[in-house]
Amino acid sequence: MTGPEVLDVAGSLDRGTFRLDVALRVEPGEVLGVLGPNGAGKTSLLRAVAGLTRLSSGYISLGGLVLDDAEARTFLPPEDRPVGLVFQSYLLFPHLSVLDNVAFAARSHGVRRGPARTHASEWLERLGLASFADRKPHELSGGQAQRVALARTLAAEPRLLLLDEPLSALDARIRLDVRTELRRHLHQFGGPVLIVTHDALEAMVLADRLLVLEDGRVVQQGTPAEVARRPATQYVASLVGLNLYPGTLARHEATVGDVVTLDAGGAVTVRSQPGGADRVLVAIRPSAVAVHTRRPDHASPRNVWAGTVASLEQLADRVRAQVDGVPPALVDLTPAAVAELGLHPGREVWLSVKATEIDVYPETAAV
Amino acid sequence: MHRTTRIVAVLALTTSVLAGCGGSSGGSRATKPTSSLSPSADKLAGTVNVFAAASLQEAFKALGKQFQAAHPRTKLVFNFGPSSGLATQISQGAPADVFASASAKNMDSVVKARAATDATPFVKNVLEIAVPPANPGRITALDDLARSGVKVAVCQAQVPCGAVAAKVFRNAKITVRPATQEVDVKAVLAKVKLGEVDAGLVYVTDVLGAGAKVTGIPIPADVNASTSYPIATLTKAPNKAVAQAFTDYVLSAEGSAVLTAAGFQKP
Amino acid sequence: MRRRVGPDQQAVPWPLGVPAAVAVLFLLVPLLGLVVRAPWRGLHRIVVESQVVDALRLSLLCASAATLISLVLGVPLAWVLARARLRGIGLLRALVTLPLVLPPVVGGVALLLAFGRVGLVGQYLHGWFGITLPFTTPGVIVAETFVAMPFLVVTVEGAFRAADRGYEEAAATLGASRMTVFRRVTLPLIGPSLVAGSVLCWARALGEFGATITFAGNFPGRTQTVPIAVYLALEQDPEAAIALSLVLLAVSVAVLVGLRDRWFSVGGAP
Repeated sequence: MTGPEVLDVAGSLDRGTFRLDVALRVEPGEVLGVLGPNGAGKTSLLRAVAGLTRLSSGYISLGGLVLDDAEARTFLPPEDRPVGLVFQSYLLFPHLSVLDNVAFAARSHGVRRGPARTHASEWLERLGLASFADRKPHELSGGQAQRVALARTLAAEPRLLLLDEPLSALDARIRLDVRTELRRHLHQFGGPVLIVTHDALEAMVLADRLLVLEDGRVVQQGTPAEVARRPATQYVASLVGLNLYPGTLARHEATVGDVVTLDAGGAVTVRSQPGGADRVLVAIRPSAVAVHTRRPDHASPRNVWAGTVASLEQLADRVRAQVDGVPPALVDLTPAAVAELGLHPGREVWLSVKATEIDVYPETAAV
Repeated sequence: MHRTTRIVAVLALTTSVLAGCGGSSGGSRATKPTSSLSPSADKLAGTVNVFAAASLQEAFKALGKQFQAAHPRTKLVFNFGPSSGLATQISQGAPADVFASASAKNMDSVVKARAATDATPFVKNVLEIAVPPANPGRITALDDLARSGVKVAVCQAQVPCGAVAAKVFRNAKITVRPATQEVDVKAVLAKVKLGEVDAGLVYVTDVLGAGAKVTGIPIPADVNASTSYPIATLTKAPNKAVAQAFTDYVLSAEGSAVLTAAGFQKP
Repeated sequence: MRRRVGPDQQAVPWPLGVPAAVAVLFLLVPLLGLVVRAPWRGLHRIVVESQVVDALRLSLLCASAATLISLVLGVPLAWVLARARLRGIGLLRALVTLPLVLPPVVGGVALLLAFGRVGLVGQYLHGWFGITLPFTTPGVIVAETFVAMPFLVVTVEGAFRAADRGYEEAAATLGASRMTVFRRVTLPLIGPSLVAGSVLCWARALGEFGATITFAGNFPGRTQTVPIAVYLALEQDPEAAIALSLVLLAVSVAVLVGLRDRWFSVGGAP
């Protein structure tokens, strides 16, 4: 690897009705997770960086090397880019053994079969795959194939590593192991890493920093902790399991706090906010919402509202209730509480939230 | 326009190559041919299949036209091809009424297969060298065919024109290495017309029939060889009356005149 | 991939079973005829005496050469047809696969008009290089290639279309040039189709008759392939024709069986 190099992308890609517009920077040794729903443009971004798609405008550079510059009409084809891409479906060559798959890059660069295989063996050894060298791809399990794909890409000794949904093709029960191992390899890699996923947990665990793409635009950037605590959009909020309400800071009441009028209807009283932003996002954890069968009289009357249980879903150790109301809310309860309250879809309930449990932040601050 | 004639020539060749054969059909015992045109000619009706040597194509078509004009309710269907091939088809039961062969040998095989009882020779034919009008091989005499580099087409050995060609070469004491042994004489003629060969050995009648498309170079009578053409009404002819009438017409003075005009010699 | 037979094998409904049985009989009875009517006693004599060996040698040589040429020219053509985004590619495809539906004899005529001594191209071949194709062994190969190559092109083009482009992209990101990708990834991926297409092409070339006799004529040892020898022998010596047919049948069966074991059982799935 030839010294630290920064990946710099500032460009756009036009695909008929779809347009991807993105600016990002990844430092050497940093893992950037690109999170977004299907069709957000995550894979298009990866393909552009890998050279499988041309930018419509803007540029991509790696250190001093210009990979794509639409204005200057510079375009480095994929085979000339020091960029490794691990495909979502791995795309191991079915006609080659594991060893020859991993030796492919060296062979393509004119290395003779013998030395190329020796080099490949070293990589297989490093990833604990030595015993699979003679197998054909169809004889591998999903987890093994994922590791071979990673080995094949790393053996090409790229200066930039791209991973497209690296774990999505795996069974849930082995995903955890592979994820842990992948995390180790990613952090050993010296260059910038870009990992695309629609799985929030995967992104949180693997990435140092997250970038959220929706409809071809960047809607949020930050550390996994920041994104999880203060999601910028409903999509991110649903990924991290938060109730998120955009609203307008309506008035200031010195004794109780600020009142936010929610776009979805209703209002909440929150702690006094510093700064003067009018447009805010209100985030409420589902476990912070209390459920009552009668209107509670002991709580602050301001953050109490009525609703109807729309559905109940058993999660690992709790029950998530979806309550229709103004505003609607997700509520997490213990199974015991569900039984005690006699909850069932269609049941009229009251919800309450303490002002101290509500996180309020400016709408624009998250991006 | 020149190209069109070439295509037509080759298509004619291919048609003769691909001439098919059908199933067998019933029939009755042969009868002696009557010696002249029947006075009850108007009663003749129906279709007859005439299998004839490729070299007879032009002459028989002319004869057929006249015959059908005289007997409007008859229809002649010709199958021209290599005599050997036609003989095999007839022996295998092809529905033929009349067979006109370019050699006695092929007629004999039909007689042997009991498809015909007796045959009558009606014409004789001799060979001639046919060259393209431009004469690219600069052929002036039979000996030129033995020159190396000269492309010569002949008939394959089992058809009459091939057998006669071999005899001519023997008579002239020359060794000719042909470029191709074509299926029948019309295929040889087509290759000459197309200019694909420098010379082809064909019947004088073929040169005459081809008009300006080929130039004929006569073979001296002392080395030339001839073949005799027999004709027979077949024993299993489905339409024996018309078949016999046509055979008789070919043998008549009127028929003989048409054949002579086409270049055939008296038997 | 091998076809899996379900645990509950269904009975064949008669509207399918009866025509299928008729089809089997229709296809097999003529072959049976050859075998039954073969002059088994004299077979050895006929094979030795007649020009069977010459004709067979020529047939195998020409069919193999035609297949080789078809591979060298036809695989790139198939790639272009499958991948190139050019205008009029559909028309081009229709034109180059025309020999599939063209009667071979017409193909032979067309070849004469193009590559004959006075043909469109042939006159220059003859005038400048002294090359004449009609009536020569190369002429036989040309005729067979003309008729057989489209079989290869159509088969391989389909495979190029069906092949997962992802593998080629993966190879490119690993640093493989386009030619390397083609050679080391695309071609191996379509391997089974390549073999199937070659076999089709070879078999078609081996059986070629119409275009060959029209374009290359007939001369034993030089342009007389087995099918021509069979056709001509039928007029003179039907027993020899049957013997020749048997030999060709045996060769075809041997090749198909040999390839079937090695390739066809794995089918198209890698």
